Amino acid sequence: MLTDSKSQRVENVLGLLLFLGMLMTLYNVFIYAPTEKSMGDVQRIFYFHVPSAFVAFLGFLVCAGYSVAFLIKRNHRYDRVAYVSAEIGVLFSTIVLITGMIWARPIWQTWWTWDPRLTTMFILWFLYIAYLMLRNFTGEDERGARFAAVFAIIASADVPIVYMSIRWWGDRMMHPKPVLMGDEDSGLAPEMLYTFLFALAVFLILYFYLMMLRLRQERTAEILNSMKKNLALNEE
Amino acid sequence: MTLVYKDLLSEFRSRETISSMLVFSMLVVAIFNFAFDPGSAYAQQAAPGILWVAFTFSGIIGLNRSFVHEVDKGCLHGLLLAPFEHGAIFFGKMLGNLIFISIVELLTLPLFAVFFNLQTLQGLPQLLVVILLTTLGFSAVGTLFSAISVNTKTREMMLPILFLPVVIPILLAAVNATAMIFDGKGWNDISDWLRLLAAFDLIFISLAYLTFGFVVEE
Repeated sequence: MLTDSKSQRVENVLGLLLFLGMLMTLYNVFIYAPTEKSMGDVQRIFYFHVPSAFVAFLGFLVCAGYSVAFLIKRNHRYDRVAYVSAEIGVLFSTIVLITGMIWARPIWQTWWTWDPRLTTMFILWFLYIAYLMLRNFTGEDERGARFAAVFAIIASADVPIVYMSIRWWGDRMMHPKPVLMGDEDSGLAPEMLYTFLFALAVFLILYFYLMMLRLRQERTAEILNSMKKNLALNEE
Repeated sequence: MTLVYKDLLSEFRSRETISSMLVFSMLVVAIFNFAFDPGSAYAQQAAPGILWVAFTFSGIIGLNRSFVHEVDKGCLHGLLLAPFEHGAIFFGKMLGNLIFISIVELLTLPLFAVFFNLQTLQGLPQLLVVILLTTLGFSAVGTLFSAISVNTKTREMMLPILFLPVVIPILLAAVNATAMIFDGKGWNDISDWLRLLAAFDLIFISLAYLTFGFVVEE
């Protein structure tokens, strides 16, 4: 009952892939990839910063999608996925903000600037912190899940609005443009591109691995809780 | 409509929400005068921001109270049993909140003008439109989140945490438009911000209306 053997096997495979992938990524990032000409070694943080941003956005996107699905289908499992995904999203957006600051300090001579991307990420972080707090303060029941789903929908609609309004606020764009699919002169050297894509793939595996791990934890916690309840009833 | 009337009537009988909102928003305006050197150019520059901080925080106080009576006295159950849609309840509550917050804002405004030495009379119509549009957005988001936060363990604590990050874009548009009005700009200059505010209102009202049913259902 407790362990579903098939998903357990998938989890093990992902874990192994992740271990090898992480070793490879470290090698790629610190030894294989060439040093960037104008920024120097600091640029290497890019290989962690951008994939973290991808994972954070993926996490919030999954959270919003499963929240809508939960409100329509009322399946408790959708709610669990939304919750766990938001958690991982908050973790990785924290990493994005911190690695960004570490990079910005030597390059921009400042930890922080109110650039549209930075500000949007920061507000996004607040929104999903609020989401997690809301979940903690409403308890485990179905009502709390509904509240959280409603908030997740409003929050995800808020993200493009925040970005737009800050762009209108004034031209404070400092953040580098996307190097992929950007202008012609903004491409990456082939070695860098390979390192980046490899790191991105490993981060995506990490996301799915963490999702599976947390979902299993939540499931186990639920089974444990219902067992406890049964025991308490029997004792009475 | 009856719901709006009921809310207004009970408020005018007790006057507890509006009076505490009003005192609070005046206090915010006064406190900021100590935070910045009074009368300095710095304080003048920050004036639009101070005005909106006062309006936002006093608005939160009002929004917090919006559902407390309904839940504590079991009125919400009655409302839900009554033969109208949940959407109607939402619009009733939203309109009530809109009226409360607007009254407080209108009463704070003269005091603010005195403290900050504003000659705002020529920009007054523009300012009123900005205030109305912004308060509309606040009420839409606030009514929805107030219905959520009143059912959480922490109640009053939860509303600002949910409400503030979501309304940041509205607030930003309002502060910018207000700053332009204080600079003596006319309709044409602020029309971009006004349109943006109207668009935000539309999005938030429709989203809040669509999701409100999920919040109050039993």
